[in-house]
This record gives sequence, structure tokens and C-alpha cells, in this order.
Amino acid sequence: MESLKHRWNYLFRSTRGLTLVAIAMVALVTAIWGTLSGPMVEWGVRDITVNLLNMELVQADREGRIIMLYHTIAMTIVAIEVYFMTEILPMKRHEQVSINATITVGYLTALIFGLIFGYFGHNFAYHGLFLVGQSLVFFSGILLAAALWPWKKEYRLEADSPYAHTKKGIDLERVAFFVMVVATLLSATFGAVTGSYWGNGHETFLGEDLIRVPHKTALQKAIIGHLHIMLTLVAVAITLIVGRWMKFQGILHKIAMPLMIVGTIIITTGALSVVWLPWAHTTIYFGSVFVMLAALMYVIFTWDKLIKEGTADIEKPNFFQKMGVLLRDPLKFGPGWQMVFMNFTVSGVGIFMAVKLDEIFRVWPHREERITLTGHWHILAALIATIILFYYMDLSKVQGKLRKWAGWTIIIMSDLAFASATIFSMKRLFVAESEQQSLVNTIMLLMDMGLGIVLVVLAIFLIWRLYDLFKDKGYWNEEFTAERKANAEAEIEEGKRKMEELQATLEEVSK
Amino acid sequence: MKRVILSMSLRGARFATKQSYPSSGRLLLRAAALAMTLFLLAACGPAPSVSAITPPYVDTGIDPESWATVPAGDFLYGQHDHPTTVDYDYQIMVTDVTVEQYADFLNEAQASGDISVGEFEVEAGEVAWHEEGAGGFYAGDPFEGYKHEEEIKAGDKLYMPLSDGLRLTYDGSTFTAMESYINHPMTMVTWWGANAYCEYYGYRLPSEIEWEKAARGTEIVDGHGLPFPWGTEIHGNNANFYSSFDLFEKMFGKLGNTTPVGFYNGQTYDLGEGSYETHDSASPYGLYDMAGNVWQWMGDDYPDQHYRYMRGGSFYSYEVDLRVWKSNSAGPQHYSPALGFRCAQD
Repeated sequence: MESLKHRWNYLFRSTRGLTLVAIAMVALVTAIWGTLSGPMVEWGVRDITVNLLNMELVQADREGRIIMLYHTIAMTIVAIEVYFMTEILPMKRHEQVSINATITVGYLTALIFGLIFGYFGHNFAYHGLFLVGQSLVFFSGILLAAALWPWKKEYRLEADSPYAHTKKGIDLERVAFFVMVVATLLSATFGAVTGSYWGNGHETFLGEDLIRVPHKTALQKAIIGHLHIMLTLVAVAITLIVGRWMKFQGILHKIAMPLMIVGTIIITTGALSVVWLPWAHTTIYFGSVFVMLAALMYVIFTWDKLIKEGTADIEKPNFFQKMGVLLRDPLKFGPGWQMVFMNFTVSGVGIFMAVKLDEIFRVWPHREERITLTGHWHILAALIATIILFYYMDLSKVQGKLRKWAGWTIIIMSDLAFASATIFSMKRLFVAESEQQSLVNTIMLLMDMGLGIVLVVLAIFLIWRLYDLFKDKGYWNEEFTAERKANAEAEIEEGKRKMEELQATLEEVSK
Repeated sequence: MKRVILSMSLRGARFATKQSYPSSGRLLLRAAALAMTLFLLAACGPAPSVSAITPPYVDTGIDPESWATVPAGDFLYGQHDHPTTVDYDYQIMVTDVTVEQYADFLNEAQASGDISVGEFEVEAGEVAWHEEGAGGFYAGDPFEGYKHEEEIKAGDKLYMPLSDGLRLTYDGSTFTAMESYINHPMTMVTWWGANAYCEYYGYRLPSEIEWEKAARGTEIVDGHGLPFPWGTEIHGNNANFYSSFDLFEKMFGKLGNTTPVGFYNGQTYDLGEGSYETHDSASPYGLYDMAGNVWQWMGDDYPDQHYRYMRGGSFYSYEVDLRVWKSNSAGPQHYSPALGFRCAQD
């Protein structure tokens, strides 16, 4: 019993344990719901899943179901990012506990009841609980914003700090996190207000299905703005998180953080103003330049750091030696690489579409334009997922050959899948429709194989973590002990500081 | 108008990688490269293109000259089941227009001087090019100059290109349907080509509302109109869609090909490749191929856009696009091996 309690405390009361649970939940949902589409349908696996789980898949509800699925996965990914933030950013212990507890109950409620409502019958109590869960996630965001408030004295940096800060010592990285959280709350509000019309005649739709409708309603535009900015902010968050992981600092950090802050504000304003401003897209492009430049600074810094640290014992390293050490650790090389790769498969495609919209994409049938649009954002979401995995595998101390195998497999296979998806979506540029079969057959196989192998790596990793949980002195115990120690030390420090404050107050009032 | 001639090719693309890696990574990369090479070699094997496929002739027993009457009345329109009234009776073809029917039209229209064969300028947005084919005059669409609205001017328009993927031949004077495709739906026809066929015989292309009513009828199941012409569920034997494992996918590979019109009528076909059983998948009014096989051009021209809409999904679509309310759209110049049409009349 004690042993179970110990593990329960690890899984639900430690940041690492909570992150593991959330990643496992996403993996579980992906494993089950992934059987409902793509090659799994062709192989007949979908029918097995549907019959086994007694799912109710009404044809007219498909778009609504998918929206529920997106939201449940998004809530879980947001929770994972919040866990990372509460672990790496200085904040009071009670703040960390409150935020983590609220978001955990929130995302689990949203995930469980959202999926039940979407796939197992439309009992509106389930939909209500889905909304309760999302509200709790939102509330945890407010708590996080309050905890991150960057103007608190205790979070100010010294004048000679290598991290970006103002003359008064305000930590600009903390400001960037804070701005991202506030922007997320605003954008979530935008989606929630619009979504509340659901019960009042608002008809569910997928944004890509409306792309050619010349006169969109304000509600439709609001939802399109909401879904774009939420994914963007998830990307901003993971960029800031991995920056912290790689100890991003120095001059590039000092340039990047103001860019990230300004870029986040501009993009969010642009995406939300799409409802009433015809030139909102220009604002979005403008803000994107800032955010992408900040990400570029991160890439330059981390790759330079990996090279310098790896060749520290070589007097004059040549190009190949530098490349060798850069590629030595795929988990640390990976986030930067995926950001660079994103420019070809996400940003590049997006910009090309915008520039060539009337010349090419609107000339194609809508279904083809739709493939490009959905491919574009699915790839971005999946790239973010791989970066989360790189970080979490590093936190899990995956070492040696396993680290290289897992890291390189994820990089190579995910990029293979994403490149194939990009070629698939742009195939009309290269091959006439009547001659596409060979190309389609090949790239579909490459996509399925790439994504399938990444999921296999994730499954192996999670099985190892599950196996580890059965060991009394497993890695989980090491993580838990280290976290408890760090928390205890932090609480003692906090207590001391509080005591000093109280002493000072007593002295002041007794004068 | 700025014109761009599209000319892109993957040919000539070369990929060369030669890098130095630490020893443990090298093994992994070599293994991955070997696996990838073997996989690509296997995957890139010859796969028949649609234009290269020559299926055997299959008689479905469904007469492509037949029409069905859809009576006036209410029905549920669209995914969200909007109650909609069509206050007149109309007739609609039981099947898509076949290759043979279209070849006959081309020959008659050529004889009467309504079409010509030669080079046509095709405009699509800001892109223009020239194509050999058959075509004729179109009076143009009203133009409002709305954002992204492409002007469709009056002039000679391409009905059908003389290009790969066409299921009929032209010997300089006569169009002839390829024997194995005579009862397959006519494809590779632009909206103008589909519209011209219907107008030539005094018919018209159906509107989206007419088409959907003809496809799903008036039946309501669990509060919803029918998602498919035959009912609420879809199986491989109901329609020709991507990876439906129909007879022609069995013969020619996953992407498949069109099936003869009216193929899914409950018959079991035996063509030496093993027998293939179909479900009778007619719509409530007896129409065939209202889901899958080929997309079908609609007659509507909506203000501020001029995209032409298509319904029904095709052999190249996943099953979700076969739901009766799903649509596709393109400019009227678009043609495809997965796009055909049928006509309606009052």
C-alpha cells in the first residue's frame, strides 16, 4: 500500500510524474484514436476499435468529434508545457502546487469527458464536464500569469546577468513567458466566447472547409483566428522552454527576448483582429518575423554552444570535427534542427501559399488546397510534439546509444514524414493528376512509415518508463527524491525569506 | 493581366550527403540509409497511372439514358440538416454521362458547328496557358470585382483537352470512345464542357440543392438526413472510393480507377480476377454513383467567387468526402480524371 502511495505521489504530486502522466495520456489517445483514420481504416483496424469500444460515429458529427479530439489533445499539451514552466521558472512552491493541481484536474476532466461526449454518445452532462475541465485549465493559466508576474522584486536579475533584462533588472525571458501566457488566455477567451454559441445554433466546422467561402461570419473568423493563434502560442511556449533548457543567454538572448515579446504581442493582435480588420494578415506576417528571428537566435546560440563545448579539448577544430560534435547529441541538436526544418515544411509552404494564392492554390480544386492547409498545421503540431519529446527524454536521462538511436530515429523519421506530407500536398506542382499514382503510393508509404516509427519510439520509451515504475529503486524514485529535495530546499529558502520579511515588519511596527 | 506559365519538374534534383559522424551515430545512419534505400526501391516500383490502365469492359445492366423524377417537397439539406423546400418536380440522370454519350455529343456538336477542335487559351486566375482540345463559346459570368474573385469573360472555352487520361480518341474528324471505357463516366471535362453537353440537349447541370435532394431523399434517421445515398453506413462494396478495395483497385492498385456507371447495383461480377459482390447503392430515387466514382459538376454560379462546385466524391477521395453534403470546388477551367457530371431538366 505504501509502495502504491509512493508511486501515486510521484505521478500526481511531482512535476516530472505529472508530465509523464500527461505524455502517456497523449500517447494513449493517439494510439486509440489514430486507428480511426489513415491506413488503419484501410487495414480494417478502425472497425475493430469502434466495435470493441462501442463508439458511436454518426457521420454528421465527424467535424464536431474532430474538434473535441483536437481540444482534448491541446489541453494535455498545454498542461505539459505548464508543468515544464512551473519546474524551470522561479516561483513560490505553493504557486507551483496550485497551478499544477488545477491544470491536472482540468485537462484530465476535459480529456476524459470531451472524448466520451464526442465518441460515445451525446450526453450533455459530459459536454458540461468538458467545459468545466477547460475552465480549470483556463483558471490555472490565470494562476500561472500571476505567479510569473515579472515585476516582482525577487525575480529581478543582477546588472551583470547574462540573461536579457532591463536596466531595472526585470527578467525579459520571464516577461516573454508572461506575455505568452496572457496572450494564450486572451486567445482562449476568444475561442470560448465564440464556442459558447455552439448550443445556440452555431454550426461546427473545420476552418479548412471554409477557406473559399467569400463572406465568412464574424464567428467563423473568430474561430479561425483562435485556432491559428493557439497553435502559434504553443510553439512560442516550447521555444522559450527549450531556450531555458539549453541555458540560452548572452547577446543573442538579449536580442531574442525583446523580439519574442514584441512578436508575440503583434501576432496575437493580428490573429484576433482578423474578425474585423481586412489587413490582419499583414500584422500576422509582421509579428511572425520577430518571433522567427528570436527562434533563429536560439538555433544559432545552441548550435554554437554544442560545437564550442564539444570541441573544447581540440585546439583548432576543423569543419568536420565541428559537425561531428554538433550532431553528437540528437536530443539537444533536435529542437533547433526541427525549428530550421519547420521553415521548409511549415513557414515556407505558408508563405509560398500566401504569395501564390491566386496564381496557384486557388486554381487547384478546393480539396487540394485543403490538403496543403491541413498538412501545414498538422506538421507544425507534430514538430512541437517531437521537441517536447526531445526535452522530456533528456529530463528522463536517456543516455548512451539509446539516446542516439531514439533521438536520430525521431529526427529522421519525423522529417521524412513531414517532407513526404509537404510533397504530397504540393504534388500538383510536379506531376499531372492522371500520372500521380506512383508518387502518391510512395509518399503515402513514407509518411505512414515515418510517423509510425516515431510512434513506436514513443511507445518503447513509455513502456520503459512504465516498467521502471514497477522497480522500487527505479529512475522514477530518483526523480521524485531529487524533486522532493529541491522542493524542500526551496521551501526552506522561501520560509527564511518570509521570516526575514516578517521580522522586518515587526521591527518596523515596533518602532 | 500578369501571366505565369507553370513549368516545374523534380527531374534534375540531386541529393548528395557526405558528412563525418561519430562512430556510434555512423552505424545508425548507415542502417537507416540502407533501410530507406531498400524501402524506396520497393515503393518506387512501377505503379500504373490512371491513363495507362485499360480495364475489361463490364456490363452493369444500368441504362445511362434513363432519368429519375424527383418530386417537389421538403428535405433536410447539408450537414446540419436545414429544412429546405424544392417547390417543383425535376428530372435527373440516373447515371453520370458516359464516355460514349460524350463522344456522340462531340461528333454531333462538331457537325453542327457548335464546337471546334484546336488550341484554346485557358485562363485560371492570373495564370494562362494554351491547350489542344475541343471547345466552344461561353457567354461569361457576372463580375463584381470582389476580393479573390476571378473574372470569367465571354469567349471560346476549352471543353475537354486532348491529353493523357482521356478515354476517347480523335482521328482528326471523329471522336470515338475507348472500348473498355464506353460505359465509364466521362472525365477530363471542364465545367464549360459539362455545361455545353447539357445545354446542347436542352438540359442543364443540377444545382447543389437539386443534386443533394436527389442523392439523400427525404428519409430521416435518428434526427438526421441520410449521409449516404443508400443509408447511414459505408462499406467498400457500396461505392468506388480511395482504398475501397473495389474490383479495379484489386486489378490496378490502391488508387484505382473509375468504375462503369451503375456498377454498385447489387450484382456480383466475375471477371476472371475473382468475383466481386456489390451492394445495391442507389439513392432513394434510384440514382447510381451519387457517392464516389467521380465528382460531379454542379450548375450553380455564386456571386463574388465563380468557383464551380462539385459533389459526390470520387475514386480518389476518402470515404468522408462521399457524404452527400461534402463539396469540392474549382474554377470552371478545371478538369480531372476523377471529375464528371450528369444533367437535370424540369
